[in-house]
Amino acid sequence: MTRQMTGAKMVVQALKDQGVDTVFGYPGGAVLPIYDEIFQQNDIRHVLVRHEQAALHAAEGYARSTGKPGVALVTSGPGATNAVTGLTDALLDSIPLVVFSGQVPTFMIGTDGFQEADTIGITRPCTKHNWLVKDTDKLAETIHQAFHVATSGRPGPVLIDLPKDVQFADGEYTPPTKVKMGHYKPRVKASIEEINDIVALIEKAERPVFYTGGGVINSGPAASMLLRELVDATGFPITSTLMGLGAYPASGKGWLGMLGMHGLYEANMAMHGCDLMINIGARFDDRITGRIQDFSPNSKKIHVDIDPSSINKIIHVDLPVIGDVGHVLEDVLKVWKSRGRKKADISAWWKQIEEWREVRCLTYKNSDTVIKPQYALQRLEELTKGMDRYITTEVGQHQMWAAQFLGFEDPNRWMTSGGLGTMGYGFPASIGVQMAHPESLVVNVAGEASWLMNMQEMGTAIQYRLPVKQFILNNERLGMVRQWQQLLHGERYSSSWSEALPDFVKLAEAFGAKGIQCSDPKDLDDAIMEMINYDGPVIFDCLVEKHENCFPMIPSGKPHNEMLLGEAYVEGAIKSDGAVLV
Amino acid sequence: MSALRIQQGSSSHSAYDLRDYHAEVIEKHTLAVLVDNEAGVLARVIGLFSGRGYNIESLTVAEVDHEGHRSRITVVTTGTRDVIEQIKAQVGRIVPVHEVHDLTVEGPSIERELALFKVEGTGNNRIEALRLAEIFRANVVDSTLESFVFEMTGTSEKIDAFAELMRPLGLVETARTGVAALARGSKA
Ligand SMILES: Cc1ncc(C[n+]2csc(CCOP(=O)(O)OP(=O)(O)O)c2C)c(N)n1
Ligand SMILES: [Mg+2]
Repeated sequence: MTRQMTGAKMVVQALKDQGVDTVFGYPGGAVLPIYDEIFQQNDIRHVLVRHEQAALHAAEGYARSTGKPGVALVTSGPGATNAVTGLTDALLDSIPLVVFSGQVPTFMIGTDGFQEADTIGITRPCTKHNWLVKDTDKLAETIHQAFHVATSGRPGPVLIDLPKDVQFADGEYTPPTKVKMGHYKPRVKASIEEINDIVALIEKAERPVFYTGGGVINSGPAASMLLRELVDATGFPITSTLMGLGAYPASGKGWLGMLGMHGLYEANMAMHGCDLMINIGARFDDRITGRIQDFSPNSKKIHVDIDPSSINKIIHVDLPVIGDVGHVLEDVLKVWKSRGRKKADISAWWKQIEEWREVRCLTYKNSDTVIKPQYALQRLEELTKGMDRYITTEVGQHQMWAAQFLGFEDPNRWMTSGGLGTMGYGFPASIGVQMAHPESLVVNVAGEASWLMNMQEMGTAIQYRLPVKQFILNNERLGMVRQWQQLLHGERYSSSWSEALPDFVKLAEAFGAKGIQCSDPKDLDDAIMEMINYDGPVIFDCLVEKHENCFPMIPSGKPHNEMLLGEAYVEGAIKSDGAVLV
Repeated sequence: MSALRIQQGSSSHSAYDLRDYHAEVIEKHTLAVLVDNEAGVLARVIGLFSGRGYNIESLTVAEVDHEGHRSRITVVTTGTRDVIEQIKAQVGRIVPVHEVHDLTVEGPSIERELALFKVEGTGNNRIEALRLAEIFRANVVDSTLESFVFEMTGTSEKIDAFAELMRPLGLVETARTGVAALARGSKA
């Protein structure tokens, strides 16, 4: 059944037909017809952010915490250019977003009209695909295709550019069931030969490790369940990238902790020393591999990925398998069981791992007088771990400490900007998460510098009564930059301190939110509980040690087994023969 | 499956690839990319090459199936084997790309280019240019009393060779189409 309606109405209708309930956006001249339609209905909530970048990060937070695509709406010109960081962020982290941008009317395109930008040209390299719709009859079909492209295969952001005349014109609405999806159908199932090959390697491995990533989360909760079953049934150890935390529970028997540049010693050493690496939905990012030539030199490598371009891009693997993680895991489990659940004796490997664990690489020197950032996160973890909790982060040291010290028991509970490392991501992402999960505890673990990058979103949090908790580890430094300058640039701290910071408590109050400041470790628990129990947004200004460094650390370009361990370690707080590694 | 149809010599589909990955030998490959003929599709393909730092030696594009709205982009590119594999995989995941063929590894293929040469001169040079054009089977498509425009089709090497010979004889301008290529045999 097709119907006549205006382009603007079609946008709203198509969103309803796609099951969208929330849109994050900001109006302007080129999208007024769509805003007019939004005004006249109640099925779709529109969240007015305070900056278009925040609309996209909020949509990302919504998407990651629900598994559904996030939707954003921005105006032409500056609205669209403000969206570019969010698009790039979503592209690098494979987050499904559908973004609508207004455009000058078709007859004005190319004339440098008011608020005209070549949005399609600008966003081509930072979207999975984008469309300029010039004909209202094609609009509905394009929107449905856009949802398909954003959510299938390796997910990613897409953008639809909508000239204003197309929004005003009448056209025929095509419902999703009538739309031809075109040829875009990524492969999801692996061949039986590939599955057999994986199982054969699993059966023989003596020093195996699972190396998992965001692909497991993207594949859906069922994939995480299958992963748990496989890991627990084989008894193999498992580590994960920053993006994959929560797919396997932090309390699980096989869990080694995160790997990579600031990953755990035992995780990185296991990667280095394994004889079988089973990469599931991770992409051998440079923060993971360190120096390529020395990356896990003696292992056979399996790589399961839905995107053929991830295969052999960085690291050559012995068994590439193109397919969806969930499908592949299901088949591997089935075949491994049917062949008799065979596996080699891996007790010596676990013994070795236990020795690495003994290093206790996250040890830091605590203090009675000043709050150590690690301590603050340990307390946050302790006080919130049983709760229905979602964590977002900004980018910097606090982000890495959050990944090290918080435990994730479930997928979709952890949203952080991994690939792009976008300061300013966490606050708007927390807003998107809270919109999707109004009853849950949503905490943004932030650095003071990152947080300022999108602090205008306090307005959004207040307006929509979103009780997001902004847990700022305030070291009055661009801490991660300062750390690199200390370790790699002769302690010349060029522009890496946060001067002229606002009074965060007064700032909270100015917006009508609650502000809490804490500087004494003895007060910390009470202050955190006060934050959690307050029914509304809170800015928590946690004044922490200013010069703490984040360890372990694999300096760029070094192999996994040349990790730097912490100060506590250097000063003999930990006894181990691993000191040569420092 | 995506548009990627890599055949022999590829690393992406075989667990038993025996090629020396670390050999830094630069190879030249001709890729045929079948795409939807929609606005901006060429920009997507060449933007990928410039954005990721791949080389383009030659590029041709035209609609080849009017009803099916299908265009064929032929790209001659250079890189190590790794880079060539990456290029194919990256191009293969562009949404309007239907197929990527690496004609260099998929079996024998033919490559042709069309070129126009304007050669200015009188007397012996003019006679010599005309004689060489005959040997190379170039056609005269325009002439004045002191110039010719030759048209020639052939491999890029043949066109290079002819251009080399024309240079001392008064070559003033050249236009080339870039390579068009097809696999030999009956199979599409
Ligand atoms: C938009 C953006 N600009 C610059 C950077 C580079 N950068 C990475 S971490 C960092 C410092 C972050 O400081 P803060 O938010 O206070 O976190 P801390 O490291 O102190 O915990 C900077 C500047 C970035 N990641 N993103
Ligand atoms: Mg800081």
